[in-house]
Amino acid sequence: MRIIKQNLPVTLPNFCNLGIMLRILVLVDVMSLLAAMARSSGSLWQEVLEISALVQPILLASLLALCLLRRWLKRLPYHLGIAAILLLTTVITTLVAVAGQNLFFGPGGLALDRFWLFSLAATGTVLYYFHLRNRALSPAITEARLQALQARIRPHFLFNSLNAVLSLIRSDPKRAEQTLEDMADLFRVLMADNRQLTTLEKEVALCRQYLNIEQLRLGERLYLAWAIDKMPREALVPPLVLQPLLENAVYHGIEPRAEPGEISINIYRSRDEVHFVIRNPYLGDDKHHGGNKMALDNVRERLKLHFDAEASLDASIHGNTYQVHITLPYTTSE
Amino acid sequence: MNPLAILIVDDEAPARHRLKEVLADCAGELPLTVAGEAATGREALEWLSHHRADVVLLDVRMPGMNGIETARHLLTLPQPPAVIFTTAYDHYAVQAFEVNAIDYLLKPVRSERLLAALRKARALSSPQGETLRELADGPRSHLGIFERGRILLLAVEDIVFLRAELKYVTVRTKKGEYLVEEPLVRLEEEFGERFLRIHRNCLVARNRIRGVEKSHDDDGTWLVALEGIPEQLPVSRRQLPLVKEALRR
Repeated sequence: MRIIKQNLPVTLPNFCNLGIMLRILVLVDVMSLLAAMARSSGSLWQEVLEISALVQPILLASLLALCLLRRWLKRLPYHLGIAAILLLTTVITTLVAVAGQNLFFGPGGLALDRFWLFSLAATGTVLYYFHLRNRALSPAITEARLQALQARIRPHFLFNSLNAVLSLIRSDPKRAEQTLEDMADLFRVLMADNRQLTTLEKEVALCRQYLNIEQLRLGERLYLAWAIDKMPREALVPPLVLQPLLENAVYHGIEPRAEPGEISINIYRSRDEVHFVIRNPYLGDDKHHGGNKMALDNVRERLKLHFDAEASLDASIHGNTYQVHITLPYTTSE
Repeated sequence: MNPLAILIVDDEAPARHRLKEVLADCAGELPLTVAGEAATGREALEWLSHHRADVVLLDVRMPGMNGIETARHLLTLPQPPAVIFTTAYDHYAVQAFEVNAIDYLLKPVRSERLLAALRKARALSSPQGETLRELADGPRSHLGIFERGRILLLAVEDIVFLRAELKYVTVRTKKGEYLVEEPLVRLEEEFGERFLRIHRNCLVARNRIRGVEKSHDDDGTWLVALEGIPEQLPVSRRQLPLVKEALRR
């Protein structure tokens, strides 16, 4: 259990993330709808409109403020962070309510206590929801699911690689040794407990070892274009987030082609996100599509368990190119 | 007895290299020679058009034309070599080989196992066309045409129409006409997704249909115009609705 807690960027949610924002919007809007229903003296929709007119500006202003102050909030201990957020939303509620009152109704007769109560209730519910989500995602359940999702290498790859190493032993023993070392490293990671995050640098090194082996088998049929000069080496990533995707690229994009093909790997950081873009040739009708989907789903699921809505994986086809784009939050061990 | 002439077919160079080494180890026990190497099924068939082999060691998973299809074309040779399939890991193929008692080798290949397979090879009755047809997990990518001592491969996607005449089926591509000795019904079964029957004796490629028109003769038959070739083919009354439907898509 400790392992996960150390690694998962739990504490407060990332308020700048669109998925998280959407969840908050839906939650609060459902609550205001309920409030409208409870209060309904006249027309329900009239009530909804009136409440929305005040709730929406408060909600949007709060989200904006939370997103801007995220870094600062993140540095606070969890409990202080919660307190700060509650205070912040209350202040924003007061400001918007007073401003709105002056704008639309003129001064006087403002029931501020009602607004405060609703704001506190809404903020509390949202925070409690994310707290529960973190708890549901972090302990034993996540452990078990991560373990079950352990990336598996294709048997096809294992036996073909062993065959390739055997072919080297007599003619090029040095290279045979090297390849066996690469295989040992690769299988060590594959069989390890992969619930802890690793650094991007290590994941890339592993991918290189994997691709060395494939290069040995496929020779000049496999071209590699690495664009990783700007990658954040220290960023934390789930182990084997990249390798299965490269294995897919080789299996579906290179092996079924008689002509040489290129796999390009582009890793960079953009603000608070790390991006991975992998491209390989796409061959129209792919009989092995099922296997491809399985590997993608596996990586996607693991990303979700580690980063929730903050990470994403998109697969798309552009003409003759198949592209996988992964986005995950930039975090480091410090 | 002449040494056994062996052709190695595998898309991975290290795998071919490895087989050569193991074959060299076997040479002391059984006179043999590596007569040739090929990286694709197409290369293998090309090679066999000019050379002779007793045994072909044939990889199952290869780009372009897989091993099973290559073996099917191979069998149209007048004196087909014995085929021994090799595979690193292919659950489906291995199961099928077991069921049909076809000899196969698992990579990495051991010399004892290879030797045993080669010893049997001379007596071995090669897998038969019918069995291989059952093994294939989809339609062939090519039709093999045996012409003047060699196998000519026609890509199925280049075929415009197939028309049954007396004993043969005429295969028409943009470039010319060829004869194959397979029943039209069999071809329709295998390539039904790609070809549409327009007449009792004729299949046309669905994606080549340009349009239908009534002929200028008095009998009022309908003709279909096809992409890439000048001739128009008669459509039977029964098939006309299907052709029109294909056109709408």
